[in-house]
Amino acid sequence: MKRWLNPTTPGGLIAIVVLMFGFGFMLVPLYDVFCEVTGLNGKTGGPYQGEASNTEAVNERQVTVQFVANRNANLPWDFAPEQEEITLQIGERKQTAFYVSNTYDHAVVAQAIPSVSPAQAADYLNKVECFCFQQQPLQAGEQKGFPLVFFIDPELPEDITKLTLSYTLFDISDRAAADGY
Amino acid sequence: MSAHAETAHHGPASGISRWILTTNHKDIGTMYLVFSLLMLFVGGSMAFVIRAELFQPGLQMVMPEFFNQMTTMHGLIMVFGAVMPAFVGLANWQIPLMIGAPDMALPRLNNLSFWILPFAFAMLLSTLLMPGGAPDFGWTFYAPLSTTYAPPSVTFFIFAIHMMGISSILGAINVVVTIFNMRAPGMKLMDMPLFVWTWLITAFLLIAVMPVLAAVVTMMLMDVHFGTSFFNAAGGGDPVLFQHVFWFFAHPEVYIMVLPAFGVISQIVPTFARKPLFGYHSMVYATAAIAVMSFIVWAHHMFTVGMPLAGELFFMYTTMLIAVPTGVKVFNWISTMFRGSMTFETPMLFAIAFIVLFTIGGLSGLMLAIAPADFQYHDTYFVVAHFHYVLVPGSVFGIIAGVYYWLPKWCGKMYDEKLGQWHFWLSFIGVNLTFFPMHFVGLAGMPRRIPDYALQFADFNMITSIGAFLFGTTQLLFVYILVKTVRSGKPAEQLPWDGAQGLEWSVPTPAPYHTFSTPPVVGDK
Repeated sequence: MKRWLNPTTPGGLIAIVVLMFGFGFMLVPLYDVFCEVTGLNGKTGGPYQGEASNTEAVNERQVTVQFVANRNANLPWDFAPEQEEITLQIGERKQTAFYVSNTYDHAVVAQAIPSVSPAQAADYLNKVECFCFQQQPLQAGEQKGFPLVFFIDPELPEDITKLTLSYTLFDISDRAAADGY
Repeated sequence: MSAHAETAHHGPASGISRWILTTNHKDIGTMYLVFSLLMLFVGGSMAFVIRAELFQPGLQMVMPEFFNQMTTMHGLIMVFGAVMPAFVGLANWQIPLMIGAPDMALPRLNNLSFWILPFAFAMLLSTLLMPGGAPDFGWTFYAPLSTTYAPPSVTFFIFAIHMMGISSILGAINVVVTIFNMRAPGMKLMDMPLFVWTWLITAFLLIAVMPVLAAVVTMMLMDVHFGTSFFNAAGGGDPVLFQHVFWFFAHPEVYIMVLPAFGVISQIVPTFARKPLFGYHSMVYATAAIAVMSFIVWAHHMFTVGMPLAGELFFMYTTMLIAVPTGVKVFNWISTMFRGSMTFETPMLFAIAFIVLFTIGGLSGLMLAIAPADFQYHDTYFVVAHFHYVLVPGSVFGIIAGVYYWLPKWCGKMYDEKLGQWHFWLSFIGVNLTFFPMHFVGLAGMPRRIPDYALQFADFNMITSIGAFLFGTTQLLFVYILVKTVRSGKPAEQLPWDGAQGLEWSVPTPAPYHTFSTPPVVGDK
């Protein structure tokens, strides 16, 4: 065994310490990969990359999608979905919107973070267009409608008939300013 | 420690520089033990504040903000300041004596790893005086409480944790290198006393997980100051990730705090039962099994964060599996006592109380491991009862038992047996009075870390507070016993316990400043 790998000498033990410190950071990407592979955590992916779904239904199965809008840390903004819920056929492309109004007297940057429940459904909710893909600048007092275009993948497991798409809106003005937004 | 120490070669330097510059394992061991005793009282006085506030429902003594700082600091100081340094102190004193080595393998590093600690804890305690107050997010410092919503003092907390981590890692490296390279000729690994074995395994756990703790607090530091989003959902991070990384460290950490106590008990029980330890090999393998399994059970602390069924089941079954090697150990201790010629001096009383009360703590741990039931127990006083049962009559009783057991050899004086018995019985009653009622209020739904509670919990909380005051004040008796022993104890015999075996008893009493300058011969002669 190479001397620096020998776990009975200080050098070998320090190598373990360094490796485990790195492993601590490795847990971050590992966690993301694990969540992506298993579909845990209700995280949805980026823009839908496959061939655009037709607006026609390809399937008689119906699914209800509920929309929830949350404001992080009780931001005093108004943030609400256009419709509380939509019942649609699987494969059917739908457009809806979320409305936000910045009640501050200064410009802000907002970021919406999506989550799908039940988490197993997250992989089957395909978003063609979503306001959550970008940071959203809002002028003082500005009201805005955020569009959302999505469809449900026909592979959705049979036992899921209702799913909830929730957005939490964060005020990331400080962070965005630091990034030179 | 006394004038008697100056026998072979040269004695210790005189004055304060002896303690600052020392590389002697006995001096450093003493400093670790005294430091941890000091921290026991610092953390204990914070527990007093908590129990005084909870003596009655309503807010009487402190504001909720300060109460949160007290629960946080109590946990941090007891874990990192009292229990862990005490075990390192025992290791420093005992490992060289038990394996026939003249000192630790890396004596200067040993000095450094101790002297980091006072500075780390001075930094941690100084946060109490800072604007915004001390850390108030619980000893588990979950993000975003410890990042987005943390008081400004969180940076000092992070650096204090870094320093404690470096100290622990250096201490652990020293233990491993000493055990592998400095055993007396003829002593094979499987001839080592169990205290040495449990410490070897503990040291590997420390080396493996303290860097992960360092990584997680570094990520916090970057989130707080450098605009990263490891744990911030707004930037694409995830607060749940914090819990995974934290518990990947903190579950092995709880075994770090108890495995050396297993070792101490495995030395004491055979001595006072006057029988060899039952099942030495199974003890070693059980300890190793517990250590390995501690890496795959972490998510049982977070059953309620939202995990798929398969995850809940995996962590539930692996957690329950740990009860098997632990059960082997308890079985072996009881079998060692079975039909032994037992006597009940103070170390043995603490050891037996350890076995009984640690088993109660293990049983409530098994209850908490049942994922569907855990949803009811999560974040209640039942959890507080569980981990105090394994940490106070577990780790702390193990440390106290070890101190009483080896004290005659360390300082050459015998402690007052009658006072020792008083110390034991008052501690035993106090600890049960404090923590047993917590099971009941926890099962009835009293949440932890809240300065007020519903009226129906009032009686049990008053009992708990009375027990806590009894247990805390009893430890002043412990200090009195220690001081009395060192200053005016009766001279101890060469072999203070007639069933005691092992190299540490072969050196003169008190143990000279330098021992085993020529290695002893062990094994087949």
